[in-house]
Amino acid sequence: MTAILGMLVTDRLVKLAPVDLAIVIFYFALVLVIGFYLKRFATTGEDFFMAGREMTAWVAGLAFVSANLGSLELLGWAGSAYQYGILAAHWYWIGAIPAMLFLGLVMMPFYYISKTHSVPGYLQLRYGTAASGLSAVTFAIMTILMSGVNMYAMAVVMKVVLGWDLNFSIFVSSVTVAIYVAAGGLFSAIFNEVLQFFLIWFGALLIPILGLIETGGWKGMVARIQHNFPGQDFTHMWSNMGHVQDNPMGMHWAGIVFGLAMVQSMGYWTTDFLVVQRVLSAKDIRSAKLAPVLGSFFKMAVPLIVILPGLLGLALLPMHLVPDAPNLPPGAHSYNEVLPLMLARYCGPGLLGLGITALVAGFMAGMAGNVSAFATVWTYDLYRPFIRKDAPDKHYVSMGRWCTLIGVFISIGTAYVVMSFASIMDYVQALFGFFIAPLFGTVLLGMMWKRVTKEGGFWGLLAGTTSSITLFLLMHGKLPLFGKSAEQWIGLLTFNPHAKGLAQDMFQSLWSCTTCVVVTVLVTMVTKPRPDSELKGLVYSLTEVAHEEKVGLLHRPVFWGGVALALLVVLQIIFW
Amino acid sequence: MTEKHEIIPVWFFVGVLFLVYGVLIFVSGLAEWSHPPDTVLANLHAPVWWGGLMVALGILYCGKFRPRGHKA
Repeated sequence: MTAILGMLVTDRLVKLAPVDLAIVIFYFALVLVIGFYLKRFATTGEDFFMAGREMTAWVAGLAFVSANLGSLELLGWAGSAYQYGILAAHWYWIGAIPAMLFLGLVMMPFYYISKTHSVPGYLQLRYGTAASGLSAVTFAIMTILMSGVNMYAMAVVMKVVLGWDLNFSIFVSSVTVAIYVAAGGLFSAIFNEVLQFFLIWFGALLIPILGLIETGGWKGMVARIQHNFPGQDFTHMWSNMGHVQDNPMGMHWAGIVFGLAMVQSMGYWTTDFLVVQRVLSAKDIRSAKLAPVLGSFFKMAVPLIVILPGLLGLALLPMHLVPDAPNLPPGAHSYNEVLPLMLARYCGPGLLGLGITALVAGFMAGMAGNVSAFATVWTYDLYRPFIRKDAPDKHYVSMGRWCTLIGVFISIGTAYVVMSFASIMDYVQALFGFFIAPLFGTVLLGMMWKRVTKEGGFWGLLAGTTSSITLFLLMHGKLPLFGKSAEQWIGLLTFNPHAKGLAQDMFQSLWSCTTCVVVTVLVTMVTKPRPDSELKGLVYSLTEVAHEEKVGLLHRPVFWGGVALALLVVLQIIFW
Repeated sequence: MTEKHEIIPVWFFVGVLFLVYGVLIFVSGLAEWSHPPDTVLANLHAPVWWGGLMVALGILYCGKFRPRGHKA
């Protein structure tokens, strides 16, 4: 094995010792063993696609967070922290926690009571086949592209740190994922997400610990950043957001509050089936409500291993990192390489293997999450309603397995698309904006307002998605409408001609969701509503949410939701 | 962790992972004690205490969640 890898090496930050290789190889072996072990339990559609709906709140909650903690998260957000400073933590705190709590405490009962297998499945029940089909198709596209993003992230790690050939890395990891997900379905994906969660923490936590020791604590780190980047504020979250010129992101606080917290994160955490699927696997409604609430605490802690290493990179790395590009000059490193660089700075044999395995595990879990969600949506929301309606359950399980394999191989091709963008996260945010923000408008209106019609849901979703893509093209100079330049469109749509990628995406989400809501309402007003009897269990005013069994305060999701919110406020004040 | 299926709890696999990795890292940390690698703060011997922590957690998880007969 070492000899084969040695042949593939071109250039590298570090060289793996035998103990590192043993750690990496053991991980691959363990996930395959788990996959084959779980295969015997994934025999029905309910087992393969929903993990039997028997997970505890802890397992579902960890998998819920972990599905979002892939290599993309680690590398992309550490890179964003280097590029934008602590502002990147908004995506973990105000840009995640309220939405996760909203999912658990408000929306989860509807998903759970309706016994839907997916978010498009809910749309099928609420709006019918047209809206569900549209959502399923866009989701399928998004998951495949996301898989490509994960592959790219993993290949970067392997290239930068180990010098491994990109194709070799992609092939080995993706085949492993394909095998273990095809074998055990969502069982496998969830088990490995829980493993990955612990791996990532133990593999990455040493970076901030040793980094803060080296800088002499938080104050020492801030002083070094100010020395390295004079005149720039990388360590405040709100005090520099009154004017777009005052912060490195070019973002106004309104974009964070209205674009990120109220639209984009709500859309992602409540309607992206990749994460919602984990919660749907919970064993009962209390577990389903509690899982996202528990997950919110873990999510709040993630900046410690993602954002802080980016900030430490600003303070400690001897070179200035640059935007990602296909052909970086020799010796130059991109923002997305900050985490591997910090890993190589502190970790010798053994720990290096652990850190590398954590990144590989993050990639594999992210990819497994995408392909398991893709297999479910394809099988239940596209194949079954549009291609073969009344096949036996066994047939759909078989289709899910094949779909997993095919999904992995299709997504390999998308990995190369990522390379033409300045930052991995910019690309992903663009994708979220395309599909997720309008979907949130459609799902929320459907749950909260019984008057909304099938036609309103479909046309609103279509208009929102179309407007999102159009805005993206306008702001990127790909659609010169009305003779305006990209900068003029950016100024018009974000109120700031200098707004950067993430800021543009926030406003793109905001406008596309608004478009979706407006069109949905307008079409609803001129079309015929469904009778109440058809909407029971789907709409707030017509659904009797089952009360939790009488449990003590410490076991109630709403109590822990309150604690999470209080903690969120404290963090905002500390890093104001 | 499950009611319908008698599956080995995921926490047991977490324990196995901790235990195996902890032993590997701890031993490699001891082996390099007198010749630390060329990394920043190598003098703190992070692999020894980090590996030791993982071993302790691994033993705890493996013991608490080990498969017991037919029960999950």
